Amino acid sequence: MANIDIRQVRKSYGKDEVIHGVDLTVNIGEFVVILGPSGCGKSTLLRMIAGLEDISGGEISIAGTVVNDLEPRQRGCAMVFQNYGLYPHMTVAENIGYALKVAGMKKPERLEKVRAVAKSVGLEEFMDRKPGQLSGGQRQRVAMARAIIREPKVFLFDEPLSNLDAKLRVQMRHEIRRIHNRIKATSVFVTHDQHEGMTLADRMVIMNKGTIDQVGTPEEVYNRPATVYVAGFIGSPAMNFLSGQISAEQSVILLADDSRIEIASDAARRHAGALVQLGLRPEDMTLCAPGAGHLTGSFDFYEELGSSGLYHLMIEDVPFTVLSSIKPRFQHGDQVGVLADLSKLHVFGAKDGVRIDMDEQVIRQMEPAE
Amino acid sequence: MTQADLPLASAVRDPEARITNPLRRRRAPGMVENTPVLNILTHLILLTGMIILLFPMYLVFNAATLSLQEVNAQPARLLPGDQFWNNIKEAWVTRDFGQKFLNSLIVAVGVVTGKIFIACITAFGLVFFDHRLRMPIFWAVFITLMLPLEVRIVPTYAVAANALQPFQTILDWTGISWFIQTVSGIEVALEWNMLNSYTGLIVPLVATATGTFLYRQFFLTIPDELVEAAKMDCAGPLRFLAEILVPLSRTNIAALATIMFVFSWNQYLWPLLIITDPNYGVVAVELGKLVPDTNTTGGAIPNWHIAMAGTLIVTVPPVIVVIFMQRWFVRGLINTDK
Repeated sequence: MANIDIRQVRKSYGKDEVIHGVDLTVNIGEFVVILGPSGCGKSTLLRMIAGLEDISGGEISIAGTVVNDLEPRQRGCAMVFQNYGLYPHMTVAENIGYALKVAGMKKPERLEKVRAVAKSVGLEEFMDRKPGQLSGGQRQRVAMARAIIREPKVFLFDEPLSNLDAKLRVQMRHEIRRIHNRIKATSVFVTHDQHEGMTLADRMVIMNKGTIDQVGTPEEVYNRPATVYVAGFIGSPAMNFLSGQISAEQSVILLADDSRIEIASDAARRHAGALVQLGLRPEDMTLCAPGAGHLTGSFDFYEELGSSGLYHLMIEDVPFTVLSSIKPRFQHGDQVGVLADLSKLHVFGAKDGVRIDMDEQVIRQMEPAE
Repeated sequence: MTQADLPLASAVRDPEARITNPLRRRRAPGMVENTPVLNILTHLILLTGMIILLFPMYLVFNAATLSLQEVNAQPARLLPGDQFWNNIKEAWVTRDFGQKFLNSLIVAVGVVTGKIFIACITAFGLVFFDHRLRMPIFWAVFITLMLPLEVRIVPTYAVAANALQPFQTILDWTGISWFIQTVSGIEVALEWNMLNSYTGLIVPLVATATGTFLYRQFFLTIPDELVEAAKMDCAGPLRFLAEILVPLSRTNIAALATIMFVFSWNQYLWPLLIITDPNYGVVAVELGKLVPDTNTTGGAIPNWHIAMAGTLIVTVPPVIVVIFMQRWFVRGLINTDK
């Protein structure tokens, strides 16, 4: 078991830098999920930890040892690959036990261990099958077992669930969490699926174009996204954004359609005149009569989600969605009022996209530090 | 629950367990038309082709069963006679095919093993290691396809006559041999004669561009994740080669071995050139000597029946190899067994 320390790590391919100085600490026994869209550098970061990719700058240490110049085999990591990377000519048992065979463990001892691990992931009936004769979920389990049996310091997962169908993905997600709870190995899990990230992570790392935008528990990331990017990426259906300006005299944010959103006078004074992006999650609003709420839009179309419905509105040509469990009916073009829960308002600087805190309590807490 | 129930029961318990038989080939439906008329027609075409191809073989077999008079009779007799075993025995004994067979087998097996080993290890170095000389070396190997043994036979003979000659030349030119002679009084004369030896028959034939290319193409299809998985499992490069690549390339080995066995079994020019000692003679050369001309028959009636019997004997091993390796051979060339 080990902690991972990543300090100012960079990666470039020729002149193109794809990771621009990333800092991250993964504590012992923690399950960290790196989340981001494809091409954000999350897999590259993971592969640098594993040693499959050279580190162009900065330092990675595992359990206090700098591993920059160590071979993968000297780093004590085990990895689960997206396409599983199973050896097609070996049986399940041979696949699982291969690392031990390489390590020179005697056969009887090895078989015993393989059997125990295979049993723990529910593979004991398939020991003599070849990977080609297994289903996706079973192959995934073999890949997991192969990592578990080595009792590694660090577990690395490179989008291991993305080749499975939706139902199986959820099932394997639970299984991974269960295994983690049992063996408590330090784990880094890379994915582009926010549900996977939210459900698995102790802490999440949101990456965007080669930098880390936010590190926090899933709850923190959802409730207090640090940037517009994180706010838009996390949450489904996605957050709505409206642009506006903070007016200090009236303690409001003035929106393009002249509607006003009240904010704390403290915060308004602090950021007087600032151009901002206003973020509101569809689930933090309710529909009301036009003019009765904070915003008014024209109804565009409706999506049925079962337990609730998603209302697509247009506010001044900006698409806007509201999630509602009571399902009123509208005609296309009807005016609809929107009442927002202002305690769940997210405000970001229009230029830099960084979060501006409106919450009085948070601001007061922050003051002494300045 | 009976034994027969078990697979079903496990499939029910694990609904996503789709058990597929890897040996079953998928064939695109509708790609092949299946009507009786077309079936008969295609079979007729195949049959015609087969007859055309097999007829010369039949002539060989037929001639091998006839007596001296019958084989030279005009018009030619197309029905087999009863002299088959006599002719075979005659060819085998007079030409000492026993020893020649052994020699040919040693050479063929040696060449095949050498070729596979060299091709495999070269392709391994070209595909899995990132170094600057990768492409130049690949092209250097590839270009040798244009230089078969027949083209470079004179220099190859010179090297076979003394394999150390190039080193001797270097030593002479650089003055090292002169230096050694003045200092120690020993004259530097390196010599390694490969004429009249198995080494001489095998080594010059071992380098193979075709095999290297075949292997390279196969190694390129190995997914990166497999390489990385092996790295994570702490397997070194040689271990990866021996325990993962070689087992995966079994079909390639079979294909290459088949082609190369036939190739080296049929070698004629090279053995003819370097072997003067009959103890190292190979069957192809011996067969050449069996073909009647004025030298061998001294103007008498040509003994084609013996020559054809010899031909049959010599044909047998390659045919056996091809028949037994055929399945693997085809699979290795079309490369579907992943």
